[in-house]
Amino acid sequence: MHEGSSALALVLGGDAALYAIVALSLVVSVSATLLAAVVGLPLGALLALVRFPGRTFIVVIVNAFMGLPPVVVGLAVYLLLSRSGPLGTLGLLFTPKAMVIAQALLVMPILAALTRQTIEDLWAEYRDELTAMRIGPLARVMTLLWDARFSLTTTMLAGFGRAAAEVGTVMIVGGNIDGFTRTMTTAIALETSKGDLPLALGLGLILISLIVLVNAAAWGVRRAGEIRAG
Amino acid sequence: MQTRRLFIASAVAAALWAPALAQEKSIVVASTTSTEDSGLFGHILPIFRQATGIDVKVIAQGTGQALDTARRGDADVAFVHARAAEEKFVQEGAGVKRFPVMYNDFVLIGPKSDPAGIKGSKDIVAALKAVQAKGVPFVSRGDRSGTHQAELALWKQAGIDIATGRGPWYRDIGQGMGAALNTASSMNAYVLADRGTWISFKNRGDLAIAVEGDAKLFNQYGVILVNPDKHPHVKAALGQAFIDWLISRPGQKAIADYKIDGQQLFFPNADRPGA
Amino acid sequence: MRPPVSDLPLVFEDVSALVRDVTLVNGISLQVDAGAPTVLVGPNGAGKSTLIRLAMGLVAPTSGRITWGGRAETDGQRRAMVFQRPVMLRRSVAGNIGYALHAAGIARAARRERVADLLAQAGLAHLTARPARRLSGGEQQRLALARALARDPEVLFLDEPTASLDPAATKAVEDILRAIAQSGVKLVMATHDLGQARRLAGEIVFMLRGSVGEQSGAERFFTAPATPEGAAFIRGDLVI
Repeated sequence: MHEGSSALALVLGGDAALYAIVALSLVVSVSATLLAAVVGLPLGALLALVRFPGRTFIVVIVNAFMGLPPVVVGLAVYLLLSRSGPLGTLGLLFTPKAMVIAQALLVMPILAALTRQTIEDLWAEYRDELTAMRIGPLARVMTLLWDARFSLTTTMLAGFGRAAAEVGTVMIVGGNIDGFTRTMTTAIALETSKGDLPLALGLGLILISLIVLVNAAAWGVRRAGEIRAG
Repeated sequence: MQTRRLFIASAVAAALWAPALAQEKSIVVASTTSTEDSGLFGHILPIFRQATGIDVKVIAQGTGQALDTARRGDADVAFVHARAAEEKFVQEGAGVKRFPVMYNDFVLIGPKSDPAGIKGSKDIVAALKAVQAKGVPFVSRGDRSGTHQAELALWKQAGIDIATGRGPWYRDIGQGMGAALNTASSMNAYVLADRGTWISFKNRGDLAIAVEGDAKLFNQYGVILVNPDKHPHVKAALGQAFIDWLISRPGQKAIADYKIDGQQLFFPNADRPGA
Repeated sequence: MRPPVSDLPLVFEDVSALVRDVTLVNGISLQVDAGAPTVLVGPNGAGKSTLIRLAMGLVAPTSGRITWGGRAETDGQRRAMVFQRPVMLRRSVAGNIGYALHAAGIARAARRERVADLLAQAGLAHLTARPARRLSGGEQQRLALARALARDPEVLFLDEPTASLDPAATKAVEDILRAIAQSGVKLVMATHDLGQARRLAGEIVFMLRGSVGEQSGAERFFTAPATPEGAAFIRGDLVI
């Protein structure tokens, strides 16, 4: 990015570096949220519906991990993916893939905990009917997840918000490499440390606008869905 | 619903995987915040890529952390400024050979109001003694970086054991140069900085250069290839190509050409044997 | 086509059910045969709902035995239930019925026609695409009936199905129930509405305090109840 430009000028001028950073931020955080959902939503449903030994313990841990410090997650993933670490041969450190994995770990407990609560509440309402219809356990999970889809959309947005806003994780596992692993949040951190506070603030406003846009789009999709399905 | 999700997932996967395929010719360089924050890499790396087609990915950390990263094999090359630590790095077999590249100097930055009464001095040791004696706020990077290690060495030369001689005036923040300058700016404190970062720093507030020009403030940068015997995956050929270029005429010229507001930040000296 | 195995007679052998230290039914022995609708009547807390939930397997007996057609273990596929407040799935009216058909194992190809049939039976053909949650109370209950019928049940259990409905909606539901009963489905229904019991019952089971007070043909019960409590209940006196 050019020295001394205001953030708005970069947006309007179509600055390629800025657009690349925005694109990377979105790709990483959206991918991380989707990846976290693949594990987190079924896990949440499982915790809601199945009683097994140790369940309470896992529920408490999952709830607590909603507040996992991003920098700690970043450090843990860094140690795992480092060449000197157990998964070093994968060569994932300092790449966007590592950032997606680390953010997914960060977001997963949020999705699982909120899904568990949603499904638990919904099951209390649906239990008699679904039991009377002799629905098998897998079909039960699918039905509840689908019927809860609007609440789950909000849950996914909460997860995405967490991912898009954090800097500790992606800084450590991504390395903030110019043109490769630099995201909005790490760019803001960098410009701040270079003392270019107006640019950092401008980038911050752009990031917030992006998050608002994503939420607005999701809201639109949800409204359309609600009108169709009640 | 299912097919649409699958499509999005594939598009995302392509976005993540494609760059990796495109950049087969690349190396990872662990370097310091002073080289990154000052904009030096932004200037010289495109020239290097033009000449060789090699993409350099820079991880900007403090010297201590950069050498650790290199030790772990997470970088191919280390480019830092703490000679003692660099030589130890080579000695222990983590690096192949140290090459001097360039130097700049440190400057003592402080508030224009100059509470320690040291402005314009060329004697850093006397200045530090004054800071400690008057208990004036001083920000330390505290992060094992090259700058931090230089600062500690200077306290030692001033005859002050900073571990015991520190007081509430000594603010140890454990962060990079930019953060240290920001902190000093908001606290109106003194801070030791490398000239390159200072020149490109934009949030000066009430700060200005207080002490400069002392020979003790000389700051040498060196570059080392990570030892492929220890980490076989290291891109030794490409990494060595980067080192060779840095100490060659075109590389040294690129470094010398980097200026902010007409001021040169780094001075190439690869040809000085004892650097 | 009905398979040869039947779920009737439904037999309770000395069945008790305790939930959290509260005795809901106490040592009930009862036989429900195929034929005209069996209606359970009695004051609140008599155990009518519990009896139905036991029959559907929603509650497990604490002691005693329940058998369906002489078998203690069944897959319950030929039984269906309608609740006082039905839960609509978050999809269209047709979607809800399609779901029930899918749950009953009907292949996708056959479903469309069945959905149309069932909607017609429930008088909901004009609401096919409407989101189910936006139906009125009466319409939702008729949809619940259609869903239950999708399972092609041999026995249909109903737990106070019209207690939350206005008279017009109640009549619509009762008309459908009469049609269902006439088509050969056994109805077992709990109600606190004596008038409804008179209109629909072939057989009355009068329950009181977790036990069966009396069981007899509907006409016999209403003209000459065997127990004083039964008589009091018919008169409208408070019976606890």
